[in-house]
Amino acid sequence: MSHLIPPAIAPFVVPVICGIVLVAVFPLLAGYIVLLERKLMADMQARLGPMRVGPHGLLQPIADAFKLLIKEDIIPQGADKFMFYVAPLISVTMALVAFSAMPFGPVFQIADLNVGLLFIVAVGSLGIYGIVLGGWSSNSHYSLIGALRSAAQLVSYETAAGLALVSALLLAGSLSMKDIVQAQADQGVWFIFVVPIGFFIYFVSSIAETNRAPFDLPEAESELVAGYMTEYSGFRWALYFLAEYANMVIVAGIATTLFLGGWLRPFPGNHQHLIGTPFELLDALPSLLFLGVALYCLSLVPRQPVQVQKLFMAGVAGACVLLAAVMALTLFPPFDAAREGVHGAFWFMAKVGGYVYTFLWVRFTFPRYRFDQLMRLGWRFLIPLALVNVLVVSASIVVQQNWEWKHPVVSTVVTTAIMLAVAFWLAEEGAKPEPAPQPADGE
Amino acid sequence: MTDALTNGGSPIETTVLGADEIILNMGPQHPSTHGVLRVKLKLDGERVLSTECIIGYLHRGVEKIAEHRSYQQFAPYVDRMDYVAAVSNGLGYCETVEKLLGAEAPPRARVVRTILTELQRIASHLLWLGTHALDIGALTPVFYCFREREEILKIFEKYCGARLTTHAFRIGGLQYETYDEFETDVKRFCDDFSGKVDEYETLLTENRIWVGRTKGVGILSTADAIALGVTGPMLRASGLKWDLRKAQPYAAYDQYEFDIPTGKNGDTYDRYLVRMEEMRQSRRICLQAIENIPSGPIMAKVGKVLKPPPGEVYHSIEAPKGELGYYAVSDGTTQPYRVRVRPPSFINLQALDKMARGALVADLVAIIGTTDIVLGEVDR
Amino acid sequence: MIDKFLFLFFAVLMIGSAIMMVTRRNIVHSAVYLITTLLATAGIFLQLKAEFLFVVQIILYVGGIMVLFIFVIMLVNLDVAIRMVQFSRQGFVAGILALVLAVQIFLALWIGRAGLPAPAIHAMPPKNTEAVAEALFQHYMLPFEIASILLLVAMIGAVVMAKRRV
Repeated sequence: MSHLIPPAIAPFVVPVICGIVLVAVFPLLAGYIVLLERKLMADMQARLGPMRVGPHGLLQPIADAFKLLIKEDIIPQGADKFMFYVAPLISVTMALVAFSAMPFGPVFQIADLNVGLLFIVAVGSLGIYGIVLGGWSSNSHYSLIGALRSAAQLVSYETAAGLALVSALLLAGSLSMKDIVQAQADQGVWFIFVVPIGFFIYFVSSIAETNRAPFDLPEAESELVAGYMTEYSGFRWALYFLAEYANMVIVAGIATTLFLGGWLRPFPGNHQHLIGTPFELLDALPSLLFLGVALYCLSLVPRQPVQVQKLFMAGVAGACVLLAAVMALTLFPPFDAAREGVHGAFWFMAKVGGYVYTFLWVRFTFPRYRFDQLMRLGWRFLIPLALVNVLVVSASIVVQQNWEWKHPVVSTVVTTAIMLAVAFWLAEEGAKPEPAPQPADGE
Repeated sequence: MTDALTNGGSPIETTVLGADEIILNMGPQHPSTHGVLRVKLKLDGERVLSTECIIGYLHRGVEKIAEHRSYQQFAPYVDRMDYVAAVSNGLGYCETVEKLLGAEAPPRARVVRTILTELQRIASHLLWLGTHALDIGALTPVFYCFREREEILKIFEKYCGARLTTHAFRIGGLQYETYDEFETDVKRFCDDFSGKVDEYETLLTENRIWVGRTKGVGILSTADAIALGVTGPMLRASGLKWDLRKAQPYAAYDQYEFDIPTGKNGDTYDRYLVRMEEMRQSRRICLQAIENIPSGPIMAKVGKVLKPPPGEVYHSIEAPKGELGYYAVSDGTTQPYRVRVRPPSFINLQALDKMARGALVADLVAIIGTTDIVLGEVDR
Repeated sequence: MIDKFLFLFFAVLMIGSAIMMVTRRNIVHSAVYLITTLLATAGIFLQLKAEFLFVVQIILYVGGIMVLFIFVIMLVNLDVAIRMVQFSRQGFVAGILALVLAVQIFLALWIGRAGLPAPAIHAMPPKNTEAVAEALFQHYMLPFEIASILLLVAMIGAVVMAKRRV
């Protein structure tokens, strides 16, 4: 097959295909993440969520997209037309461009830059312009203030996020996303078990980076100042929304690659084999998981009230069995070559899914931070904590390398203990009441 | 609507502004004002310098209507004032007219009235909790609270046919006998309920973000509260242990044991804790009352046409929001000469300015929520 | 081939954006064109195999400094600028002088083109990130630290000035 492709464009074939798949699939995926959020929110709030459009509301995103496309395109009077058009495009473009350096598997990656991580962070910071220009071009005082607040929040938490990533980078030794995952494979442990506090800092910062609750004051409906998206209706608003969910997936991808082992399965260093077979025990996990889900769906079939829902549930079970078969098939010799790719994609998706699920879970559980409390948390808790984290991790690495200290578990425990102590101290500092504010505090 | 309302003694000059000050209008259509309330804010950057409440968007002339209805005909109107806690309104009115007549409801009626009023107190506090949490950004408690409230409203519906504007009581006692499963329903609700209150507490009470949003916000000192005439959970959270159910017992409250929760600082967090504890105490009263409902008649002998002797009476009860008082003047005819209502939300709303001065704009939503106002009562 | 095309693309983008930046009346538009100019510069860094500078240019310059610029522009009401006279009245003379300067530079480069250093793309340079790190943390450690302290002082000064009420 490879002799059919002229050598000039051969290096571009795989990336272009990956790119097309991403750009075509992602908007649909984002729509389904929205549906997932609504269903999860409903489940946690003791209700059902969208149920009408399609079985269990599964066609809801399609209906929503259609509705948004046929809505009237309203441009506020006095708005800067060019910027108004361009701002949502900037947000979406930057979000999609960041996917180009994201490793979904050992093969499925558009470009393995050797500064891949920094590239994604850089492009993420460009996404701020979509917000700021959108708020400014709406010609509304409240949109502008909301946009500037949102941008200030993003910039503040970017610092903490970056520092948290540095603590994992110290262990990986390279900025290339592939190399980072490879380092975790070589060391046989996901980095979250070595720098858990770094993961925690990154987790909190990423929630603030994507403007999600509890850090969503700039976009909350019940506040006086409505957000930068106010004047956007119809599909332009859908683009902003798409950008927000794309950002969620990107930060999930970064966290997965750096802390959760990317496309590696749990215990990547453990090569125990199934007795008498050449397969590794843990490689059977994906198939077993899918089979488990299929059995659960089958057990739910009798409880469905309507025939169509029974059939649907059985269909879902069948699809899970099919996927389990695919996962198991790649263990056998003719399809061995695809094993890393397929299993890698599965594990990556599973971890990103878990991370996004936690985002959604946090949204429905916690109240919202007030803006000054939000900034205080970022600057006076997370950034000092992240700085100390980098120092402590570096010190630990130096000690391990120079003094031949070969007990990684002990050093992990010690560094975590130190970091927890610092974290609690900082939290106590933050909980003390602020000194009386000056009589007129300007914005 | 005149702009020059006195506000703590100093009129707000809305035309003369300082260099950095702006006037911001909140409402009457706003997701967080819980009704048609308009608040004019004078801001310096993020800080609130003063507030001016402009009310009257829901004024329906209820007190004027009272002068042209007979005493029984007016009873359904009072439900519409505090439409969130209609049963308490009815209780206050019926007891006031009974005082005018010199009649007293029989013991069975008094106990059933107590049970229903305490259930209504729980329902009112549940609605308050759900909407207050929603304003502060917690999206989930409101659904849990409404799930419990649904149970109470089902009990009301089975009892008197209506969920919200119940007209549950009559002057002289009760119209309807309790239905067959009344005791079991109430008992089952009370048994489930304390677990549910624990659920809400798990979500909110120790939550760092909740505490950060409510502690130290909207402080009302005891002296200020007394001076402004604030009553109810707001007064108790400011430190004064004053509850009309213990101070001037009415209905059957003197027969039951319950505690009066108070707060220390008078901030939003204390008001939250006080109302949560009140829900538990109401449950306690309900459980005690259900054990032992006396048998007997449910209606006193007051006759079909009510013509109280000329005179005036002021009677107040502890409604969920505060002291709900009725001042009824009779001139000997079948229609009252005057019925003046002392709505707790109206008086409590005056404290908004005191609590909001110096706060941030983002806290204003929390402060309005913690005042627990119902515009139907404020405007009548 | 692709290299030449990309370079041409970035160069035209850079110069075009720069011209647009100085000729716009609306100051936010100018800021946006400055952003595109800086992005094009970053593209040229990438072509010169300086990938670390490419990302850092975007993160710091575009994602940090320009955000600050835009904050200031938006917080301070600069509608006044739109009504002001855009260019001085001596534009014609200035244009002639600029043209003379351009011709001088071109001639100087053309005549002396033999003396220009050869393009150094043939040798495989060390990875840019490592090279920068080595330079900063080993050879030029002292100036690096001094620059850091300078920045720290500037930051503290800014915070102190912002806290004090004017």
